[in-house]
Amino acid sequence: MDLHTLSLARAARMLDEKKISSTELTRAYLDRIKTHDSTLNSFITADADAALAQAAAADDQIASNNHTPFTGIPMALKDLLCTQGMRTTCGSKILDNFVPRYDATVVEKLRQSHGVIIGKTNMDEFAMGSSTENSAYFPTRNPWHVDYVPGGSSGGSAAAVAAQFCSAALGSDTGGSIRQPASHCGVVGLKPTYGRVSRYGLVSYASSLDQIGPITRTVEDAALMMNLIAGHDPKDSTSAPEPVPDFTSGLTAFDKNGLKGMTVGIPKEYLDMPGIDPDVRAVFDNVRTLMESLGATIQSVSLPHTDYVVAAYYIIAPCEASSNLARFDGVKYGFRARDTADLLDMYKQTKSTGFGPEVQRRIIIGTYALSAGYYDAYYGKASQVRALIMADFAKAFETCDILLSPVAPTPAFRIKEKIDDPLTMYLTDIFTLSANMAAVPGISVPAGFSAAGLPIGIQMMAGRFDELSLIRAGYGVEKSMNLEPRFPDIPDM
Amino acid sequence: MKISEQEVENIAHLARLKMDDEQRQALCGQLSDILGYMDKLAHVDVNGVAPASGAAFMHNVLREDVPQTSPGPRVTLANAPEKDQDYYLVPRVVK
Repeated sequence: MDLHTLSLARAARMLDEKKISSTELTRAYLDRIKTHDSTLNSFITADADAALAQAAAADDQIASNNHTPFTGIPMALKDLLCTQGMRTTCGSKILDNFVPRYDATVVEKLRQSHGVIIGKTNMDEFAMGSSTENSAYFPTRNPWHVDYVPGGSSGGSAAAVAAQFCSAALGSDTGGSIRQPASHCGVVGLKPTYGRVSRYGLVSYASSLDQIGPITRTVEDAALMMNLIAGHDPKDSTSAPEPVPDFTSGLTAFDKNGLKGMTVGIPKEYLDMPGIDPDVRAVFDNVRTLMESLGATIQSVSLPHTDYVVAAYYIIAPCEASSNLARFDGVKYGFRARDTADLLDMYKQTKSTGFGPEVQRRIIIGTYALSAGYYDAYYGKASQVRALIMADFAKAFETCDILLSPVAPTPAFRIKEKIDDPLTMYLTDIFTLSANMAAVPGISVPAGFSAAGLPIGIQMMAGRFDELSLIRAGYGVEKSMNLEPRFPDIPDM
Repeated sequence: MKISEQEVENIAHLARLKMDDEQRQALCGQLSDILGYMDKLAHVDVNGVAPASGAAFMHNVLREDVPQTSPGPRVTLANAPEKDQDYYLVPRVVK
């Protein structure tokens, strides 16, 4: 049996039944990474020795029947999650040598379950980007077609899951950075409700928007991962003290009732949008029909402020980023420029050399929008528009359980196709930004392919803390669609 | 929305970034485009709308007021680019 083909759920069952060992499973992934990741570049750091040591410890736990569904499961982590003793770069040269002294809460949960950290994945620098081309290290390639981007900013995590380098991965989503790469790589990506998962130990990009979530092969695996990472954390003041359900009950709900009793809203502003690729449109129409056949009621809804989402987001996120990234000054950690004239020159040289062009661009936008005389016109106005966007969503969820939309206007684009045109790149986030602005959960589920054979996902959004509806509907679509092929053959380069 | 090179230079200074002429010129064009796009927000009626800063629950995280042992400089200064015993080293400030 090819162990790398096992989903998280199946691997957990086989580990529990002692049919396979974590060491065998981990070794299978490490071998695959060794063979294929020189083509894809999905990992910044992969520590085989540490992974095998964790696998051996997990096998001991399983042997003594002291294990959880995650014991011995190899996972990849986006390289902005702090890992004690393991380099955490955020895809940036400014943190090239940074080794955290503590674990992020989600990492702590993984370690407590005796999961295996197989490596840290590539990303757009500080999570700023939609293609993983803004990594200071290398671009990651799409496993389905290596001339194309995997999406971003969690492109390394999505590519690693699609390439079957790990059982599951964690990413972070500030404006679509889990859902969009999941869609482009043909895997499942879930952005939880803001506050559902602790952000402690996540290197912040935009604190009011960032949320950690799973990237997995199946919706069932996403539900399992949510069971692992969700929950209130006293170390994070923005973490929600909400009760945490068993997320796998969303799967049971579908098995029992299909989508009967669920109302799916179709935002009319989304369908009127120019520039939606015909293949994306066809996939969307197909899923709408499918959900109806599964018992859902379809209705049209309005999100009147859709046209302003990109503008408001690309003010708010850079403003928060300019504040968050001020800490990288060359004094306390990370890179420091040498041979500088004085302290101010050291700050300037450090940031200008350590940060890449997109990060510097967003720092400049944020600093400008927060500067005296412009604050009200930009940040103040964008925050008021955000309130209107939140109200749009709250109103839509009065009558709908789910909102259905494309994930991105097009399938994955070619590497370098948009890299010199930041505004065009920003506009590709139109369908995913709203969930972050409104603090609601969203999921991307594989739903078809383009004519060129690139995966296309479908997005569903739900009301705050209603991830169960996403899991139920997403599982229903996945199960009824039964897409083939599910995973790509990776060519040698 | 047209941003001048001087404005870019001023903002870069506030953000503690250093730019050469080529970067400044490129940013000028890009920022003018991006901020031009943002100007569409001017058309939204926000009269009486309270700004939203997000959806955080925001409760203070406090620990018991009990003295604890500090992890010490070996840990806290472990990632310092330059240090001298228990201190971060920075370029001289007082001449």
